[in-house]
Amino acid sequence: MYPFQYHRPANLAEATALLGKLGEGKALAGGQTLIAAMKLRLAQPSDLVDLGGIAELSGIRADGDAIVIGALTRHADVAASAEVGKRIPALARLAGSIGDRQVRAAGTLGGSIANNDPAADYPAGVLGLGATVVTSRRSIAADDFFSGLYETALEPGELIKSVSFPVPQRAGYAKFANPASRFALIGVFVCQEKSGAVRVAVTGGGNGVFRSAELEKALAASFTPAAAAAVKLSADGFSGDLHASPEYRAHLVSVMAGRAVAAALG
Amino acid sequence: MNVKLSLTVNGKAVAAEVDPRTLLVQFLREHLRLTGTHVGCDTGQCGACTIHLDGRAVKSCNLLAVQAQGAEVTTIEGLAAPNGDMHPMQAAFKECHGLQCGFCTPGMVMSATALLKDNPKPTEEQIRAGLDGNFCRCTGYHNIVKAVQSCAAGS
Repeated sequence: MYPFQYHRPANLAEATALLGKLGEGKALAGGQTLIAAMKLRLAQPSDLVDLGGIAELSGIRADGDAIVIGALTRHADVAASAEVGKRIPALARLAGSIGDRQVRAAGTLGGSIANNDPAADYPAGVLGLGATVVTSRRSIAADDFFSGLYETALEPGELIKSVSFPVPQRAGYAKFANPASRFALIGVFVCQEKSGAVRVAVTGGGNGVFRSAELEKALAASFTPAAAAAVKLSADGFSGDLHASPEYRAHLVSVMAGRAVAAALG
Repeated sequence: MNVKLSLTVNGKAVAAEVDPRTLLVQFLREHLRLTGTHVGCDTGQCGACTIHLDGRAVKSCNLLAVQAQGAEVTTIEGLAAPNGDMHPMQAAFKECHGLQCGFCTPGMVMSATALLKDNPKPTEEQIRAGLDGNFCRCTGYHNIVKAVQSCAAGS
């Protein structure tokens, strides 16, 4: 690991001020991706701003028809939350399926979506539920937040404070996990909003999380596993690697969507 | 620039000045000489370096020591009673022969104790899922699961 200057601000204002003036500084949340990347020298920030001492960034609360989860809330806490489990059980199950037990005890919601790994689980949940990302400067709709491979709408020095998840009528998540890394080979989050509108978000395709218009149309007509499984997606745009070909990934989307719908229907 | 670090390790207050690059596992093994916590893969996958950080089982090779600022850390050395009596999980691993080469054992025991804290009576499936962050390259999982079941039954 290359050397860096370490900072541990006590509050959000101090953290954003530090990140604003440190050119190559990076925010450290749970560190489950960043530290591994720094050990491999894939990341070499000049400064690390450790958010671990900022209590205001953690916690889960109900806010009317939404559940608001602080950026530093760990996956294990979302998975175990009675509030999330009761109102958006698919989100609790998604959080409980990330990585392994130890990773879930350290990794955070904000860290995951700020990193926007193309095979991460949380981006599918945030986009699928049509959540709103609340930052130190503004509120960003999930549709505008994820902008590509490891890219988000976050500007330099802008930090995620929380994510507000509207409680849906029903939702489900299914993933085909890579047996070694537990990252999603393909993961599909389906959601039927209170209005009846359907959202489908896919992770693991290779170029970052995306919504599938084909699946949304099919499920809006008939919210059934069979309707999802009948959708045949083109392999264009899916990545191929030693784990799976583009065709295999495209096929998995319909299969996982079917399972996610089945989970949503309970 | 070094960072002042203070935390509690196995019930004892520890203060040190560390290079912020120091991993938590390095701090435990090389600074405190608590070498029961093992480095297996060093990439956050195998779980041999599992310790408890404020009661949560985490991988100490994938955290900076400075992230444990003010925290309570328990390592495998801190599990047994002060008089040397083994922790029930350690006793169960011994009784069920839940180890072959023993390299993964400290991490397995730390994960398993955290697992039973959250779920005192897990099913076999829940034990296997709950230990999915720990690899045994001898593939001794069968007796490891039996050890956890035995400990859960005895508690």
